[in-house]
Amino acid sequence: MDFFNDLMTNPGITKAMWPAFLETMQMTGISALFTVVVGLPLGILLLNTARGGLTPNRGLNVLLSGIIVNITRSIPFAILMVSLIPLATLLVGTSLGPIAASVSLTIGTIPFFARLVETALRDVSAGKIDAALVMGSTRMQVVRKVLVPEALPGIIAAMTTTIVTLIGYSAMAGLVGGGGLGRLAYNYGFQRYEPAIMVVTIVIMVLLVQLVQIIGDWIARLVDHR
Amino acid sequence: MITVTDLRKVYQQGDRTVVALDGVSLHVDAGQIHGIIGHSGAGKSTLVRCLTLLDRPTSGSVSVNNKELANVSDADLRTARRRIGMVFQHANLMDSRTTAQNVAFPLELIGTPKAKVAEKVSALLELVGLTPFADAYPSQLSGGQRQRVGIARALSSDPDVLLCDEPTSALDPKTTDEILELIKSVRDRLNLTVLIITHEMNVVKQACDSVSLLEAGRIVEHGDIAKVVADPAGRLSQALLPMPGELPDDLPAGTVLDLLYSGTQATEPVISSIARTFNTDVNVLAGSVEHLGEHQFAHIRIQLPEGADIDAITKHLLGNGVAVTVKETK
Ligand SMILES: Nc1ncnc2c1ncn2[C@@H]1O[C@H](COP(=O)(O)OP(=O)(O)O)[C@@H](O)[C@H]1O
Ligand SMILES: [Mg+2]
Repeated sequence: MDFFNDLMTNPGITKAMWPAFLETMQMTGISALFTVVVGLPLGILLLNTARGGLTPNRGLNVLLSGIIVNITRSIPFAILMVSLIPLATLLVGTSLGPIAASVSLTIGTIPFFARLVETALRDVSAGKIDAALVMGSTRMQVVRKVLVPEALPGIIAAMTTTIVTLIGYSAMAGLVGGGGLGRLAYNYGFQRYEPAIMVVTIVIMVLLVQLVQIIGDWIARLVDHR
Repeated sequence: MITVTDLRKVYQQGDRTVVALDGVSLHVDAGQIHGIIGHSGAGKSTLVRCLTLLDRPTSGSVSVNNKELANVSDADLRTARRRIGMVFQHANLMDSRTTAQNVAFPLELIGTPKAKVAEKVSALLELVGLTPFADAYPSQLSGGQRQRVGIARALSSDPDVLLCDEPTSALDPKTTDEILELIKSVRDRLNLTVLIITHEMNVVKQACDSVSLLEAGRIVEHGDIAKVVADPAGRLSQALLPMPGELPDDLPAGTVLDLLYSGTQATEPVISSIARTFNTDVNVLAGSVEHLGEHQFAHIRIQLPEGADIDAITKHLLGNGVAVTVKETK
């Protein structure tokens, strides 16, 4: 009981926990939004510029897939984050805080999400695309009326995975100035040696991840008529 | 009406060239059901892809109702494609759409007003007998029902031509019959020109007015069913009215004749007329009688005893419109 009472009066929890939680949500939310807004079209382009796609374009495909996506994905996230600090400063005027951290989080996650989207879209059978073309669809109509709706369960699953990844990355981003639960765990748990705070933070993050996964799976099932 | 002229399609695979279509010409009159039959690898799928311009032919032309499809711009091609309704082997429905939404797909593409779409979709579902399944998703339908949705969807752009690529190859025999009956009935109602690609002779038997045999990218036999069947040496005739190849070893001495004829009479009159006219025994060894389109066809193997006047009998038969092949004399 003492342990519990200590926790309830610990300023790390009573004062710092809620703002840290909000910062984490802010980082994850902003990054998730921009990741989807940019990553979904990028995933569609990755698929359709490849050989056998709707608009094969070798040059563009090599640029997008080989250079941008693969290189970004092969740089460890921690390093990418640090190297993007100047860009964040340029875009939002500061290198500190959750908004600045969202810049590098978004850039780090877009290629990951785009690949997942590409894979989900690739699962749409060629027969459905042929059928749509034979019915007189434009390429844009094939994308909007066939590829995306038919791959929606997979795209939702990709979003879920991406948000879960972002929650983890956001903790890392916290260490280099982003704030949030990652920063809190580091400050209290590591620097002040208060393992209880660390444990509470971990529990909250685990619950958050579970919640996102459950909601994501539920939505994916809802839109899946296969 | 469909006209295909000297269609060629050559695929380049590395330094290997595959001639998938080697000068295919084809003409199907309005309101006809034409079957294209061929073994695996004959070029059937390639032909379908060239007819719908999913693949550009290497050379040759394809026209539907005298409108040329090959060599048109992308925008014109989309309009032209709406003249062709296509039915696929695996239906290729959109899993995220209900039956009604699938049938509405071609109408949505050209921005048809909602009320018009609803009206048209319900008429088409009525036509294919799926009204109670309007809100079902494809995963909740049987293979036959999915194919019905596919047919309704193909008809929703009011095409002149219905192109069916192996429409029954994934279905059981009973469902195959139902789908072929449906195709025939929509042809009658809408006066469609229908092209059925298949590897099943049964489909040709049941549904087609005319047929082409595709082999290694060429059409090697073609014509009305009555015409191709009447040629006993023809491959289509042999496939449509099969006859066992080998004669049994223990056959008594005599002459074996294969008779091929059409008409409304059953087998009896021809055979009994030989027996009566030539006062001889007639031993029926094998045979098949089939209804093909409007006509009934019989392919009968008989044996005549030693001493029968084969020349006179053959002449009598030929005079009665029966094709005769002398099989073997012992
Ligand atoms: N995209 C392609 N590239 C190379 N060869 C092909 C391609 N499509 C078909 N072929 C070849 O063309 C021939 C005809 O194939 P296809 O039209 O699929 O026959 P079918 O549908 O009658 O089984 C085959 O030899 C096949 O290997
Ligand atoms: Mg094939």
